[in-house]
Amino acid sequence: MKILVTVKEIAEVADDFQIADNEIEETYLEYDLNEWDDYAVEEGVQLVEEGLADEVVAATIGPERAEETIRMALAKGADRAVRVWDDALEAQDLLDVETKADIFAAIVEEEQPDIVLTGVQANDDSFGATGVALAERIDYEWAAVVNNLDLDLDEGVAHVRRELEGGLEELTDVDVPAVFTIQTGINEPRYASLRGIRQAQSKEIAPKTLADLGLEESDADSVLQVAEMFEPEAEGEAEFLEGDAGDQAGQLADVLADVGVLGE
Amino acid sequence: MSDVLVVAEHRRGELREVSYELLTAGRRLADAAEGDLHVAVISGDVEEYAEDLSREGVDAIHTVADGEEFNHDRYVAALVALAGDLDPEFVITPNSVNGLDYAPALAGRLGRPLVTDAVAVDVDGEGLVVNREMYGSKVETVIEVAEGPFVVTVRGGEFPPAEAVAEPEITAHDLDIGDLGSTVTGYEEVGAGDVDISEADFLVSVGRGIEEEENLSLIEDLAEVTGATISSSRPIVDNGWLPKNRQVGQSGKTVTPTVYLAIGISGAVQHVAGMKGAETIIAVNKDPNAPIFDIADYGIVGDLFDVVPELIDELN
Ligand SMILES: Cc1cc2nc3c(=O)[nH]c(=O)nc-3n(C[C@H](O)[C@H](O)[C@H](O)COP(=O)(O)OP(=O)(O)OC[C@H]3O[C@@H](n4cnc5c(N)ncnc54)[C@H](O)[C@@H]3O)c2cc1C
Repeated sequence: MKILVTVKEIAEVADDFQIADNEIEETYLEYDLNEWDDYAVEEGVQLVEEGLADEVVAATIGPERAEETIRMALAKGADRAVRVWDDALEAQDLLDVETKADIFAAIVEEEQPDIVLTGVQANDDSFGATGVALAERIDYEWAAVVNNLDLDLDEGVAHVRRELEGGLEELTDVDVPAVFTIQTGINEPRYASLRGIRQAQSKEIAPKTLADLGLEESDADSVLQVAEMFEPEAEGEAEFLEGDAGDQAGQLADVLADVGVLGE
Repeated sequence: MSDVLVVAEHRRGELREVSYELLTAGRRLADAAEGDLHVAVISGDVEEYAEDLSREGVDAIHTVADGEEFNHDRYVAALVALAGDLDPEFVITPNSVNGLDYAPALAGRLGRPLVTDAVAVDVDGEGLVVNREMYGSKVETVIEVAEGPFVVTVRGGEFPPAEAVAEPEITAHDLDIGDLGSTVTGYEEVGAGDVDISEADFLVSVGRGIEEEENLSLIEDLAEVTGATISSSRPIVDNGWLPKNRQVGQSGKTVTPTVYLAIGISGAVQHVAGMKGAETIIAVNKDPNAPIFDIADYGIVGDLFDVVPELIDELN
C-alpha cells in the first residue's frame, strides 16, 4: 500500500514586519514545514512502521528553496518526494484551491496511492480546503480534521475520528481509497535524527513542471487576486503596560488587585 | 438578479449559532447582488429547523429530510441538486469543521471557485470581494474573485445572528442521494476531568511561548500565588504537557472568566473563539504584532521569562 503525503513549505512572519505592494516583504519571512503536515508525515511513516503501508511519497508545490523543507519530511522517514514548480506557478500571487487540487490530482494519477494524507490547513494562507478538494477531484472518499486513524485493510475501511468543535469527536467509517486531512495531536511527530538527515540527502526529490504532469500553463491561473493586504484592526484598545519587566509586573499586579481576582 | 443559498448547520438536534449568523451574511450579499436569500437545511428534524430558520431576510427555505446527522456525501449530493434547481450565484457555508468537510468537494463538483474563512463578504460589479486573514491572523487580505458563481465559507462569530421572525416559503425536496462512502457511527465527548476551566474566575493560560515542558513550573508557581486555574492553548495539549480538559478554544472549552491572562499565546482564531468572552483579557507576548493584543484589554510586550518571575515576586 502506498501513501502520498502533501507537504507545504509555509512562510512565517517575523514579529515586526512591513507590507509593500500587497505582500509581506521577503526579509520578514522565514520558511518552515507546515505544522499540520508534520503530523501527516508522521502518520504516514507510522503506517509503514506498523507494516500497513510500504511507501510514503511526499508531494509539494513550491520553488527550489522548498527542497530544504521537503528534506525534513524525508529525514523523518518519507521515502521520496515530488516537487512541482514552474514559471506559470511562480507568476501567481495566490494559488487557489482548484489549482492545488489539479496539481495533486495529476500526481495521484502518476503515483496511484491508496491513501492520501494532507494537513488540515496550511498556516500561511489557511484555506483548509486542499485535501477535500483533491478527494473530490480524484474520486476518493475523504474525512476532514482527523485526529485518529485506524486502517482496516481487509475490510477496505478506515475507522477515523473527526475532531468537531467543543470537545466533541465524530466516529466515522470511510471507504478506502481515501484522503484524510490530519489534525495536530494525532501523534507525536519525531525529530529528524542525524542519521535520518544524512539519509535524506540521498533520497530523490523529483522536480516537475505543469507540462511534466500533463497540465497546461493556464491551469495555474488563479481566480483569486489579492487586492489589499493590511494589519487587522484591533477590536478594542489594549492598554500597554510600559517599562522594564519589573515595572510591567508591578502594574499588572495592580490591575489584578483592582479587578479583585487575587485569591488564595 | 443573483441569489444566495446559505447552508444551515445543526448537530445532535440543534441548529448551531453559526447558522443564524450566516443568514445575516447571506442577506447582506443578497442585498448587494439584488437577489433572494435561500436557505438549505439537510438531515435531521428539518421541519423544526426550517421553523427556527424562518428569520428576517430569508426568502425561501429548502429542506432535505434524508438521514439524521451530518454526512458529507449526503450534503454534497443534496446541495449539487439544489444548486442545479435554484442556480444561486453564491453558496455560503459555515467555515466549521463540517463546513470544511463538504464545501471544497461541493465547489469542485459544481466547478466553482472556493474562498474559505471569510470574515467579510461583498459584491463588486460581477465579482465577489472577500476579506480573510492569513499568516496566523497577522495580516488581513481583501481577495477579489472575478469569475462566479462562487462557494464561500464564512467564519463563525463575525456576523450578528439574524433575529426577527419571518414567514418564508418552505419547500421540502425529495432527492435521490445515491451511495454514501462514509458512515458516522457515533460521537464521543472528550476532555472531561477533575478541573472544569469553564467555571474558573481567573485563568492563567499558557501557550507555545513556554517552549519546554519543564518551564511549565513557572506558570504553576504563578497560579499558586494568584490562586488562578491553569489553562492552555492547543499545542500544550498536543504535546501532552497538559490534559485535554485544560484546552481553551474551538476544539477545546469555551471560558468566560473575570480575568484571562494569556502568556505566550499568539491569539489564533481557533484559540480566541474560546476565550473572547472573558471580562478582562491580559496578554503577555514578546511579539508586539501578536493578534492576541487586538482583543486584549491590557498588553505587556515582553519576554514571559522576565515578566512572570517579576510578577511572582511582586505578589509574594
Ligand atoms: C480545526 C482547528 C481547531 C483548533 N482548535 C484549537 C483550540 O481549541 N485551541 C487552540 O488554542 N488552538 C486551536 N487550534 C490551533 C490554532 O490554530 C493555533 O495553532 C494555536 O492556538 C497556537 O497556539 P499558541 O498561541 O500557543 O502558539 P503560537 O501560535 O506558536 O504562539 C506562541 C506565541 O508565543 C510568543 N512567545 C514566544 N516566546 C515567548 C516569550 N519568551 N515570551 C513571551 N511570548 C513569547 C510568540 O510571540 C507567539 O505569539 C486549532 C486549529 C485548527 C485548524
